[in-house]
Amino acid sequence: MVAAKHTKEEIFELLSQIVDPEIPAVTIEEIGMLQDVNITETGCEVIITPTYTGCPAMGIIEADIKALLDEHGIEAKVKLVYDPAWTTDMITDVAKEKMRKYGIAPPVNSSCGNITVAEREIECPQCGSQNTEVVSRFGSTACKALYKCNDCKEPFEYFKCH
Amino acid sequence: MTDINQLKYSYSLRLGDNAWILSHRLAEWCSNGPILEEDLALTNLALDLIGRAQGFYKYAAELEGKGKSEDDIAYRRNERQYFNNLIMEMPNGNFADTIARQLYVSVFEYYFFRELKNSKDETFAALAAKTLKEVKYHMAHAADWTIRLGDGTEESHKKMQKALNELWMYTGELFEMNDVDSELMAQGVSVDLSMLKPKWEQHIIDVLKEATLAQPEDIYMQTGSRQGIHTEHLGHILGDMQYLQRAYPDAKW
Ligand SMILES: [Zn+2]
Repeated sequence: MVAAKHTKEEIFELLSQIVDPEIPAVTIEEIGMLQDVNITETGCEVIITPTYTGCPAMGIIEADIKALLDEHGIEAKVKLVYDPAWTTDMITDVAKEKMRKYGIAPPVNSSCGNITVAEREIECPQCGSQNTEVVSRFGSTACKALYKCNDCKEPFEYFKCH
Repeated sequence: MTDINQLKYSYSLRLGDNAWILSHRLAEWCSNGPILEEDLALTNLALDLIGRAQGFYKYAAELEGKGKSEDDIAYRRNERQYFNNLIMEMPNGNFADTIARQLYVSVFEYYFFRELKNSKDETFAALAAKTLKEVKYHMAHAADWTIRLGDGTEESHKKMQKALNELWMYTGELFEMNDVDSELMAQGVSVDLSMLKPKWEQHIIDVLKEATLAQPEDIYMQTGSRQGIHTEHLGHILGDMQYLQRAYPDAKW
């Protein structure tokens, strides 16, 4: 196979379809995991960064990237980097809104230094009430905490500042 | 390996082993947690630690340059080739025992990774910066529970105090240094552990005070892990953890 001539922008465009398997409402680009694409002799190298070191979705994301680019005749290598360390600041505002609609309270403002204070005013993604309380700092995945709404009584997940 | 790579390899292995063995212990809580939220919390911590171990093992393999994977390092060494601190392999015991272990370890790791993130080795610095964020949650979790149990019922107070006392003798070892430490320290790569001790101790005392618990007495400190000498518990952990790779080498999902 002759290496297809795809530009960096075209590859980014393709990769922007790939969603986070744990929050399918947002893409890996919107959440900030997709860091860079380098064009190489044989195809390309995709640089991704994990949200949490033990994020179990990384294997699936890597496979999704390779499969998608393979469909377009592009041979891809996926490289995992820890620097710059991912932070919730990398999540775009559009993605935060998508998260809320999906039922997950998005991280409030920036990557919080003080994890105990900032968790108090989390808005319920169902009814918008601020009368909520934390049930556990650890939820179904490493990046989320468990909350409950004292008004609509619904439990919900909060994407922690990180 | 060059001398410097050999030293970094040992250091990376030590950090990977600490995360890996503690992760295995915490994972043993899966489906055994006292409440559902705690079951999730403890296994979430375990997951962070697996990710951390993977990072340090990958780097160790890279430094060794023999084409090994992080899995080879995790699953194909014997007891004496592990360099995790003894406290990591201590059994879960009751919930208070696990919390005491978490408190001692996570406070240590908080101060440790805060320093390691300034390492002149870029990989160590990047892994440390990433780990530090996660360790803050581990520390908050352990401190919350220590206070809740210490300042709880008579029974929970008694169990928490007993757990803290029993594990205390494994904390001295966290600060032990050998040639690897001193030589890497000279190059700005590793952390001066002796500097961390007063900070760690003060932090623990503050938490215990709030929890109405007493600081355990210094009597005798266990040692051994820097030389790969372990308690009887590590062998049992490895027997469980490595069974599949040993019985069916190169098995794939
Ligand atoms: Zn609500």
